[in-house]
Amino acid sequence: MDHHVLSLAMTGSGGAGVMTVGQILVDAAARAGWYGLMRRSLGPQIRGGESAALMRFGHRPILSHGDSFDLLLAYDWGNIARFAAELPLRPDSVVLFDPDAGDVPEVIERTDARCVAAPLSAMAKTMKGVRANMVGLGLVASALGLSPEDLTEEMTKALGDKGEEVLANSLAGLKMGAELAADLPAGVFPHAGRPTLSATPRWSITGNEAAGLGALRGGVRFVAAYPITPSTEILEWLAPNLAEVGGQLVQVEDELASVNMLVGASFGGIPALTATSGPGLSLMLEGLGLSVAAEVPLTLIDVQRGGPSTGIPTKSEQSDFNIAVYGMHGDAPHIVCAPTSIPDCLSTVQWAVASAEAAQCPAIVLSDQYMGQSRAIVDAPAAGGPVANRRIAAPEAGSTYKRYALTNDGVSPMSVPGVKGGEYTADGLAHSERGTPSTQASDHQSQLDKRERKLDALDCDANWAEIEGDGPIAVVAFGSLTEAAREAVDRANGDARLIGVRVILPLQPELMAEALEGVSKVLVVEQNHSAQFAHFLKGHYALPATVESLNRPGPLPIRPVEILAAVTAMKGDAR
Amino acid sequence: MNDLSHAEVDFTDYKSDVSPVWCPGCGDYAVLSAITKALAELALPRENVALISGIGCSSRIAAYTSVYGFHGIHGRALPIAQGLKLARPDTTVLCAGGDGDGFSIGGNHFMHACRRNLDITYIVMDNAVYGMTKGQASPTSAADWTHSKLTPEGPGVPPFQPLDIALAAGASHVVRCFSGKVQALTKAIAEAIQHPGFSFIQVISPCVTYRPEMRDLKHVVHESFTEPCTDRREARRRLIDDDGFSLGTLFKSVEPSYKPVHQNTKTAAELERQFAL
Repeated sequence: MDHHVLSLAMTGSGGAGVMTVGQILVDAAARAGWYGLMRRSLGPQIRGGESAALMRFGHRPILSHGDSFDLLLAYDWGNIARFAAELPLRPDSVVLFDPDAGDVPEVIERTDARCVAAPLSAMAKTMKGVRANMVGLGLVASALGLSPEDLTEEMTKALGDKGEEVLANSLAGLKMGAELAADLPAGVFPHAGRPTLSATPRWSITGNEAAGLGALRGGVRFVAAYPITPSTEILEWLAPNLAEVGGQLVQVEDELASVNMLVGASFGGIPALTATSGPGLSLMLEGLGLSVAAEVPLTLIDVQRGGPSTGIPTKSEQSDFNIAVYGMHGDAPHIVCAPTSIPDCLSTVQWAVASAEAAQCPAIVLSDQYMGQSRAIVDAPAAGGPVANRRIAAPEAGSTYKRYALTNDGVSPMSVPGVKGGEYTADGLAHSERGTPSTQASDHQSQLDKRERKLDALDCDANWAEIEGDGPIAVVAFGSLTEAAREAVDRANGDARLIGVRVILPLQPELMAEALEGVSKVLVVEQNHSAQFAHFLKGHYALPATVESLNRPGPLPIRPVEILAAVTAMKGDAR
Repeated sequence: MNDLSHAEVDFTDYKSDVSPVWCPGCGDYAVLSAITKALAELALPRENVALISGIGCSSRIAAYTSVYGFHGIHGRALPIAQGLKLARPDTTVLCAGGDGDGFSIGGNHFMHACRRNLDITYIVMDNAVYGMTKGQASPTSAADWTHSKLTPEGPGVPPFQPLDIALAAGASHVVRCFSGKVQALTKAIAEAIQHPGFSFIQVISPCVTYRPEMRDLKHVVHESFTEPCTDRREARRRLIDDDGFSLGTLFKSVEPSYKPVHQNTKTAAELERQFAL
């Protein structure tokens, strides 16, 4: 076991307060100098129900979920069969369980992990007002070298308004947990040393918050949206923060209204964005097509969940790839990109906003529940980055303004209400350079050519992909599997290289060719049932003859060890 | 806003050089004329006005004016109009379309636009038929209208009641006009533009191609909403006896509009500090 990396999970059903306790632990660990991430696995219940906080901590920046858990703390076993598969354990993993919650279920016993009873409720009952969740927190915090005192500040923040008595009782609970940790038999408990505190400023941020901040930094000042899991936190973060910078968020009647309100606001010159998930994206497609045809920029963040239809709203998948790339009717060039990690949600959304504005077309950002609802402790992202900068028309008196003028780079200067002499009618009908509806073959051809030209001219070089290593087997991934793929490549002893594609559309054949130099085989890794990304890559890029897929639907993320095994198998394969 | 004196403004300045696709005798010509005359009467600078429309015969109207326009997609004119108005409150926003666009595919947006009560003028040219797709029943067609091959026995459902719905949903200015009475329509549009809130004007606008019997409506319509009600309950009572052809302003009241919060007190860099450890 690497003592500088510790993965731990906490499970418990409604009322156990697993998410609260997990949050306190992450915050306290962050302050003590740890890096790491906490994912959430939630059941379908509105309140209560089973939940699991899935954490991984390291002395250095860490953004991948790893292979398995070193430590599992089970407050209880409620509905464990439904999500045990999300908690891979090894024979040398340790499971701490509360004996009052019943016997260790078969699904856990089968893993051969070492199960150790930790009498959380029994200890809590020895003092009035003490809750078992705090005893458990005190216990697992010891594994990160955190004492009850190290947890006090974050606990106070989390429980702040509940009064001094609750705080005192919670502190007593933490101390009981620490004592329990000290009393465990030797060798049971992984004790990772505390890290030295990094001098680099660090942030604690979720993917959805990072996406919201990326929108704000990119210059978005109008959001219209309809709530949908798991994207809602983007909107909830943006609502107050957008107002602080003079922007606005409107909650509307449905997704049809939201995408079309963006079109209206953006037609008025204000950079606009919405966030949704699969069902919402399905409803917004017609509006996105209007954004393409009328050349009105907007940005859409799709925080993907299991599909089709209502699917699995609370769990992650990457199965909206096809609809994002191919969903619109007609020939509709647009931008599709995917953040490669939790903090990258910030820079990718920011880039998407600036690129949509530059190319006057829609940009779709493919995030997912995994990244969106996970919290990460990371080095503070660099300040600055691209900002919306639309080419605005300055019509000359006496000349006829051509909104859709055929320019070399395809981008036509755009007029907005208030600009005298720039009056025009934007249209979703095929149109002439002036915007007048036209059924002429030549107008249709030239406007389609122009829209494609705009995207060819878009500068994607610096953002196209995360590339690491130079091995002969290219592991190609996107979105939340990029970091797992990176970890696998790091462990592949030079056999592999990572191509984590961030800009999916427009296509970048030259950059891909460069990235594939010296590559003999390709492994495409993705979280969906039908290998959508692999088919896309095969259809649009020149790849080596051997292309294999490692794919499965959500919610079980593909783990580095699985990617490594696939790489190893491909290496041994003489084909 | 008015940088031109009243006398200098010619309504033809608000017309574009694009020829309408409408049939000869279509009521929508009169609506186009009334909109441009109302804009001229108010002497609104063209660059400060936007006319937003959806899809259908009447929705083509956006391209026939010389103000900013948006000919969008079927049923979504109101969201585009509201997005524009929220983002650019300095723009005078008009929205126009047909009964299918506004009451069928866009019916949900109609209700919520009435509720938000933004300062927008919404003109629906109601001909009780889908003209662009060659004559199918619309939400305002009678249940026993049998002239469509799509519904040979008639649509079989009672017609949508635009004024009732607008009143119930919260529109603050509710009017019915007839395209055959251009002067009254012009006046109504000008008043609606000046009304601070969501103004809804149902314009009975005959389709002479698929509803030739509508040519006779000039003998059917009657001026019954002589004085506008300022009390919503009273306006509803008035509708009990409405035969669908009463003309005039039914209801007018200045009521609060949806207003977003704009604080503008911080920079993005200041907001980012919340994430720092």
